[in-house]
Amino acid sequence: MIPKDLKYTKDHEWARVEGKTVTVGITHHAQKELGDIVYVELPKVGTQLVEHQPLGVVESVKAVSDIYSPLSGTVVGSNAELVNAPQDINADPYGKAWMIKIEVADEKALAGLLSAAQYEELLGKTAK
Amino acid sequence: MSVLLRTPLYALHQKAGARLVPFAGYEMPVQYSGVMEEHECVRNAVGLFDVSHMGEVEFKGPRALERVQRLVSNDVATIKDGQAIYTGLLNERGGFVDDLIVYRFGAEHFFICVNASNRQKDFEWMKSRAGDGVTVTDRSDEFAQIAVQGPKAAALTQKLTPYNLAFIKNYHCAMGEVAGVRDVIISRTGYTGEDGFELYVPGAHAPKIWEALMETGAPDGVKPIGLGARDTLRLEMRMALYGNDIDDDHSPYEAGLGWIVKLGKGDFIGRDALVKQKEAGITRKLVGIEVTDGRIARHGYKIVDEAGTVTGEVTSGTQSPTLKKAIALAYVPSSKAEVGSTVLVDIRGKPAPARVVKTPFVTKTSRL
Repeated sequence: MIPKDLKYTKDHEWARVEGKTVTVGITHHAQKELGDIVYVELPKVGTQLVEHQPLGVVESVKAVSDIYSPLSGTVVGSNAELVNAPQDINADPYGKAWMIKIEVADEKALAGLLSAAQYEELLGKTAK
Repeated sequence: MSVLLRTPLYALHQKAGARLVPFAGYEMPVQYSGVMEEHECVRNAVGLFDVSHMGEVEFKGPRALERVQRLVSNDVATIKDGQAIYTGLLNERGGFVDDLIVYRFGAEHFFICVNASNRQKDFEWMKSRAGDGVTVTDRSDEFAQIAVQGPKAAALTQKLTPYNLAFIKNYHCAMGEVAGVRDVIISRTGYTGEDGFELYVPGAHAPKIWEALMETGAPDGVKPIGLGARDTLRLEMRMALYGNDIDDDHSPYEAGLGWIVKLGKGDFIGRDALVKQKEAGITRKLVGIEVTDGRIARHGYKIVDEAGTVTGEVTSGTQSPTLKKAIALAYVPSSKAEVGSTVLVDIRGKPAPARVVKTPFVTKTSRL
């Protein structure tokens, strides 16, 4: 469950890069680890995000977890529907459960994201 | 360096793909298919729990009843052979050393189920205070324990035993054969709010019974249930968890468990403190709360007043799979303990309003 067309972070976020706009969510692996998700808190449009800093919170029956911003930039979209249906993160982490869209400050930073193959390798290591 | 113990059912959990975590010194299954799914399986059908980590202590001897009576807060003289009673084991301050189920097997024979995390402490506490005329034995290592819980639990268990389970009423027990294993203690008790049994099984035979229950229960949708769902199930019913909701510093009165204190039965450890507490009135009380902003108030989060001063604490909290909302138990000032009162929970620095609600959170009607 690691779509090839997406980029990833070591904190288990995914990023769909479309020019300067990057859509962000959490991976299938992340939702599976968290279990049944009951709450999500996302930043408002206009919020400035800093790479590797928390952008929001996802809460499951088991645990509370920060979501980290894969890149620095400005929030240009926030999935309001997801806030009312946080269980979508479990059901469709790469689709309906997109969280925010970021307009990246510096496109060069995109090179720092992991490819699907690199992320898969990271999961392999975590599993051990 | 401590080594994690494994129950006799460990290999079966592994095979079933359970996520295993350290709990009370054991490597225990926390979930199999998912907390929600497992929870609903117990509420609607039947689930199996490995609770072999629980401890069992036996009191045997001519003065067994008298000795048990002096150690616990409830009145053990009211139960007959083959009956069980829920009680507190209290310290001199009236706080909980543990909460227990005491079974009466005979006038001179009592069998006590203790919490896994307290097993050693309880055994030493009871043994050193029991006095003469009784032998106190820790039999925990001999027993595995399987809980069969849910509306279909009785029908399933009945398929595997010649004993007529209709004769075992709630909080009663009998010795019988289950899945060809003899001398199983069949107890109609549980920690889910559903009908069901807790089977005390000779350790070596536990896998045979577990597998028979899984196989026979397959048409009914039986599933193995982990500690995660065990917690949501018990919390919906407001059943106390030692170490969370009750501990050495909280009394049965404060915990809303006044019904397990029988001051009139004669002296017992903790009685004097409880008499004083009853006269003076309690200052804090464990209540059920519902947080309404979607977040979960978790164990250890503080109850605060408008000024941000800490006035209490959340002891257990989860998302109720049945109610689809966040529920919690919290100690609040007695003045805020009325149903309908509002309190604030400090959830990660942001206060969340919470309403004091009736417990159990889940009743038969709330599930319709």
